[in-house]
Amino acid sequence: MTRFLARRLLNYVALGLVATFFAFALAALTFDPVGRLQERNPPPPPSVIDAKRAELQLDDPIPARFVSWLGGAVQGDFGKTTVNTSISEELPRRIGVSLRLFLLGTTVGITLGVILGVAGAIRQYAFSDYVATLFSFVVLSTPVFLLGLLLKYAALEINSAAGAQLIVFTGETTPGFQGSFGAALLDRIQHLILPTLTIALGQIALYSRYQRNAMLDVLGSDFLRTAQAKGLTRRKALFKHGLRTALIPMATLFAFGFGLLITGGTFTERIFGWFGMGDWLVYGIQQQDTNITATVTLFVAVLVLVSGWLADVFYALLDPRVRLR
Amino acid sequence: MTTTDVTNGAAARIPAVGATPVTVPAGAASSETEGITRGRLVMRRFVRNRLALAGLATLVLLYLLALTSPLFAPWAYSEYDYTAFLQAPSASHWFGTSQIGEDVFAQTMRGLQKSLSIGLLTAAVSIVIASVVGASAGYFGGWVDRGLMWVVDLLLVLPSFLIIAIISPALRGDSWILFVLLLGLFAWMITARILRGMTLTLREREFVKAAKFMGAPPRTIIRRHILPNMASLMIIDVTITVGATILLETGLSFFGFGIQPPDVSLGTLIRDGSTASLTTPWLFLFSGGLLVIAVLAVNFVGDGLRDAFDPQSRGGQRRQQKKAAPAQKAAF
Repeated sequence: MTRFLARRLLNYVALGLVATFFAFALAALTFDPVGRLQERNPPPPPSVIDAKRAELQLDDPIPARFVSWLGGAVQGDFGKTTVNTSISEELPRRIGVSLRLFLLGTTVGITLGVILGVAGAIRQYAFSDYVATLFSFVVLSTPVFLLGLLLKYAALEINSAAGAQLIVFTGETTPGFQGSFGAALLDRIQHLILPTLTIALGQIALYSRYQRNAMLDVLGSDFLRTAQAKGLTRRKALFKHGLRTALIPMATLFAFGFGLLITGGTFTERIFGWFGMGDWLVYGIQQQDTNITATVTLFVAVLVLVSGWLADVFYALLDPRVRLR
Repeated sequence: MTTTDVTNGAAARIPAVGATPVTVPAGAASSETEGITRGRLVMRRFVRNRLALAGLATLVLLYLLALTSPLFAPWAYSEYDYTAFLQAPSASHWFGTSQIGEDVFAQTMRGLQKSLSIGLLTAAVSIVIASVVGASAGYFGGWVDRGLMWVVDLLLVLPSFLIIAIISPALRGDSWILFVLLLGLFAWMITARILRGMTLTLREREFVKAAKFMGAPPRTIIRRHILPNMASLMIIDVTITVGATILLETGLSFFGFGIQPPDVSLGTLIRDGSTASLTTPWLFLFSGGLLVIAVLAVNFVGDGLRDAFDPQSRGGQRRQQKKAAPAQKAAF
């Protein structure tokens, strides 16, 4: 099992590195960070532009730039932005914001998604199953940014109906908020509700569909009947034998879903004014900043890598046959 | 699940193909067989699925509406009404007006047309790439397979949203067709993987081997024997890609990485409508609603196609499961 996991880890590290290089090269090729400087009116003297080009290493070959950036990144220095601020100083804060959002949203999404899926499978073709299916279809057809907007709009209505600011939809906390720990916690929760819901809803819809299918496959299986024939109650058989088996194919999905959250997270962070990694990516592209883009890509690659590897670990834990490999 | 089911579907058809001369394409062979053809069977199953049919009708209607709306709408999408800024929906402006007096109905129709066109075209581009890559990787095997699958893995690690967002600012000012190509370039990976898997099994079948021994070049074998046998999956996948692409395109446009002004898509409309103010919901609710309806319709069609092509999916299972349902309910 250790060898299997080690081999997978090595594979993911190689993929992650190449992916980061790919993004770096693409960004370096297409971005024109001095374009804005050149368009100034009156135009700045060529010496200023050359100095900026030299500062941003624009005239070096791209592989050399990547190696020098990666060399710094390994030691914790991710370079400077085009406006000369340090990426490394901002990075931990941004990662913290994103991970808080992703972890909470994913936890809620997986839990409710699995419950909804299992319930749908057990009561197949019941009214509740149809409602859940319709819900999933509608949510899966709604882009994340629209979902966020609609929630925002709903919150606005709720707030005006309640006559108080119950749900807040900009930023992580109220700027300059002072108060006791309890009040601060409440303030955070007020800000958290909508972004978490935005991330969780899509995952609930997706996972419940897959979980329902996986559970339906298991419901018709022989081993479940055997378990009941042995004398287990249906409930016990379903949860000890059925759910465990039905969760195996889900493990991969959970992990990769988490790794690919960055896309949905980008919209969520932008709409609700959270300064996380997704927001940074959009900012980096808008500013034509190669270093920021590469840093976020590395973060995404690490996220996919870790979650992909975790999927393998789950797999090994849930399915004894994998352990022998 | 889809893969195995679809292979079963193809397998049911293969004896008919194998019995005919190798050069006859699969479609022609099945139309010569007596009784019901597979195409008609699939069609009949699809038509019986009311939800899928409704989805298809909605989609066609939406597209027609978007195409023909300039003929009957009171305002054009590029016109400004300087007497009505930020007006709620009315008889003259069916969906209201924006801050600068644009007619939201005309703009929404224009955006709908663009978003749907992009979705359909991108799916076409993507399926071409996916079938070439998937079939070649599966058919040739060896280093071709390893190389192509490595590229697929790589592109799967990098979210396509990220790559397209990086590249698209460089395309600013170019035609939207280039944007479609860009979207198509990053939408084929999962399909290619599935098609490769199917090709691996098809490669070992007698009719492919026979064609090979008769000296047919690989290109002919792939085109005449491999691809027609994967057609059902490809059709389903095109539908899924249409839905996914519309979502991706509107998302990119929402950030300004997609369709550029003065052209509009549903994504740019929703962005413009929502940044202004949430208190003027007609600016984004109509475009948002149409977007959800369009994608929902595409998804229903995709679901219906899957059921129609696949004898073992829901449609067939339904009756068995229903019988079992009361027993399950009683147990709980």
